[in-house]
Amino acid sequence: MSIARTELGFAGGAVADVPLAVHAEGGIASKRIVTAYGFWVFLLSDVIIFAAFFATYAVLVDMTAGGPSGKDVFNLSAVALETGCLLLSSFTCGVAGLGARARNGSWYYGGMIATGLLGAAFLLLELRDFTTLIAQDAGPTRSAFLSAYFALVGLHGVHVTMGVLFLLTMIAQVYAKGYRPDILRRLLCFNLFWHTLDIIWVGIFTVVYLLGVAR
Amino acid sequence: MSDTKTGVPVYDGDIAPGDERADGTEVAEGIRGYLIGLGLSVVATVVAFFLAGTSLVWQPSIPAALIVLAIAQMGVHVVFFLHITTRPDSVNNVMALTFGIFVVFVLIVGSVWIMTHLNQNMIPMERMMQMQR
Repeated sequence: MSIARTELGFAGGAVADVPLAVHAEGGIASKRIVTAYGFWVFLLSDVIIFAAFFATYAVLVDMTAGGPSGKDVFNLSAVALETGCLLLSSFTCGVAGLGARARNGSWYYGGMIATGLLGAAFLLLELRDFTTLIAQDAGPTRSAFLSAYFALVGLHGVHVTMGVLFLLTMIAQVYAKGYRPDILRRLLCFNLFWHTLDIIWVGIFTVVYLLGVAR
Repeated sequence: MSDTKTGVPVYDGDIAPGDERADGTEVAEGIRGYLIGLGLSVVATVVAFFLAGTSLVWQPSIPAALIVLAIAQMGVHVVFFLHITTRPDSVNNVMALTFGIFVVFVLIVGSVWIMTHLNQNMIPMERMMQMQR
């Protein structure tokens, strides 16, 4: 802890005598904590954006304008497969993080590649859902309900797409630069991002699909 | 202040969201938590999909049961995958999360509440059309 203060010119003197809050006991927080905490706050703001889309969906869910309701068009077996992909990918993503912590290439690359493949499978299944809906004349222009549906589920799909790109750059960064602390910080952010997307998917498959079919 | 090999802090201060208290650098030592999380979350998902399609359960209870299961599963993900726990070293992360949940709650419940009341107080569409003629 004294190292951090010396580095920043806080050593000794009055600063050291000021009683610090319990959570600053170890001195200035490490870069890993600061980076991950900042990313955590970003993710929470992202969750709030999703909450706005969920609220829109909840308000518009009955406005079908004579068109199909969720019960008529949702394909639960495809949704179950998509859910399986994302759940497993959350696990493999965690394994990749452990592999990076252990500096174990086969666990890290294996976990990351599995996560990427599962994410891509999820995206393909979701794209198939969307094209089927549009082919059935149930596209986003059909009713307010379908606009809200495509906006919410599509926003999540866009996030997963970004996540897959993030994942590919993380594989490349570790491959090119090794397990450097700055690369590991980015990897921690990627892990947080991916797990958060999975949590949002839990909300989507429950609120949109299961409640849509059960209503 | 941090283990230079793992980058994971070892002192007894705060902890980054997503990090676990470092108890080793072997994959096997961390994988247990992820396996428990995956198991619990698969159970919650399977039960939820079963409930949505079954006629064995009293139907009006299903939406509430599905929402409870979803919240439980989100909790499992937060604890076992994001490693946000109630340990004192995670208190900053928990406080940010709490504020996030508060805003999400206000946004969703507030929107639904206000819009249902507006719907009730609106002139029905047919009468509106008659008035415009």
